[in-house]
Amino acid sequence: MIEVTNLTKYYGDLCALDHIDFKIHKGEVLGLLGPNGAGKTTCMRILTCYLNPSEGDITVKGTKVTENPRSIKQIMGYLPENAPLYPEMLVYDYLNYVADTRGLSRNVKENRIRELSGMCGIREVMHQSIGELSKGYKQRVGLAQAMMGDPEILVLDEPTSGLDPNQIVEIREIIREIGRKKTVILSTHILSEAEATCDRVVIIHRGRIVADGNMAELKENAGRDTRIELILENAREKDVREKLSKIPGISGIEPGASTEEKGIHLSLSVHPGKDVRGSVYQVVKDSDWGLLEFHRHSKSLENIFRELTKENVQ
Amino acid sequence: MKQIVNIMRKELSSYFVSPIAYIVIAIFLVVTGWFFFSTFFLYNQASMRGFFSLLPVILSFVIPAVTMKLFSEEFNRGSFEMLMTLPVNRLEVIMGKFLAAMGFAMAMLLPTVVYAITISGLGELDPGPVIGGYIGAILLGGLFSAVGLFASSLTRNQIIAFIIAMAICFFLTMIDKMLFFLPQGILGIMSYLGADFHFRNIARGVLDSRDLIYFVSMTFIALYGTSLVIQKRK
Repeated sequence: MIEVTNLTKYYGDLCALDHIDFKIHKGEVLGLLGPNGAGKTTCMRILTCYLNPSEGDITVKGTKVTENPRSIKQIMGYLPENAPLYPEMLVYDYLNYVADTRGLSRNVKENRIRELSGMCGIREVMHQSIGELSKGYKQRVGLAQAMMGDPEILVLDEPTSGLDPNQIVEIREIIREIGRKKTVILSTHILSEAEATCDRVVIIHRGRIVADGNMAELKENAGRDTRIELILENAREKDVREKLSKIPGISGIEPGASTEEKGIHLSLSVHPGKDVRGSVYQVVKDSDWGLLEFHRHSKSLENIFRELTKENVQ
Repeated sequence: MKQIVNIMRKELSSYFVSPIAYIVIAIFLVVTGWFFFSTFFLYNQASMRGFFSLLPVILSFVIPAVTMKLFSEEFNRGSFEMLMTLPVNRLEVIMGKFLAAMGFAMAMLLPTVVYAITISGLGELDPGPVIGGYIGAILLGGLFSAVGLFASSLTRNQIIAFIIAMAICFFLTMIDKMLFFLPQGILGIMSYLGADFHFRNIARGVLDSRDLIYFVSMTFIALYGTSLVIQKRK
């Protein structure tokens, strides 16, 4: 449905997007992930025809964004980061204005505003001015605004940033609801959010795509690396290292990052496909160390993200 | 076309929901009323010439105050992004905002029609210069609105937009009074550039095509400049 080809954007000398390619299929909820300044927003701004690409193009349903922006804007709803609205306007007036510019006829308009205000939970603030609203309500008004023209594609830039946990859950639910019928592209740097709402994620770092796939694929590609976290007391780190390194299957022992003050904290990396838990326990049992904590975890999206966006720094 | 009307309506209503519109109009009326009527009875003539001769200077302060927010505020809030991703194009946005500013200028001039009615009760008022004066005032309001819009598109800071617009408008108003400072070579161009000169011609009640062309072309240049600046942001 949407094809991004060779997309490049320079701000002066700064390269915000560096020849990126990807496709978005119909009905997909795509998450654009990346650290701050990775190029997520730039990508979305080009897609919504706000910026022109320096090179390359985005094609939406066979139409290039640089060629016929109006027809693309017509089928697209966009919520920029922090929902920049007009604070002096009433919520109802604002939605009315958006409906007018989206070309909704009089009868359709009334119904649509009523429907969206119910869906986004803003019915009780319709006659307040936008400037008086809390951040969560503003975000919802922004969301209602984005959906006004019943768009086929919905582009949301950090839809949950700055919201409290309850509001985040609510907004996510709305997004998931919409995602059933429409193509949604959302950017975030909150990974659990991508995990919870997106069918597919594209990770961007320094203007390049470093990963593209659904959650399962990403985890697989990252090499199903498992680690064992261990906290021991009454032990000398040297002895522990010596004994544990003898266990076959353990490829490395690093000091773990723990907030616990008691004992020593180690993080063991394990060769893929090996289960060394039994042998580790045996070693601990044979000694007089006290075992405070012992657990295995496989790489979370967080780790994958950290790895992908860190490696390129050097 | 429909989009231009939509944007214009939105801008106009945002002027009139805030107290700024009423304050600006009140100040405009107080200042013009005061300066005009304080000398009106001395001349003992039923004419509005005094009022129209004041207009260029006063409008070059008031109109920039009206237009300064048109783009600057949108840039500053980020709502410009929201606006440009609606199915509208650059031209529609600029025209919508321009017409809103011009509409505001007309709304501001409207109450001064009362002066004309009052004066015609006091003596024989020649309608030619009055009608010419209002046509000129609308053209001048349009030119200054376009200049203000251009200044507003340059910066996200409203104060800077105001000062730039005021400086340009003031330059256009005062230039033909400063001509004796200028070298011979550019005298012709500079006197042509003066908005006040053309305005005075129209306000005499003489609608000359040269004066009309001046206002239309200068307004167009300012709007075209705005369009270029907006395009540059893309």
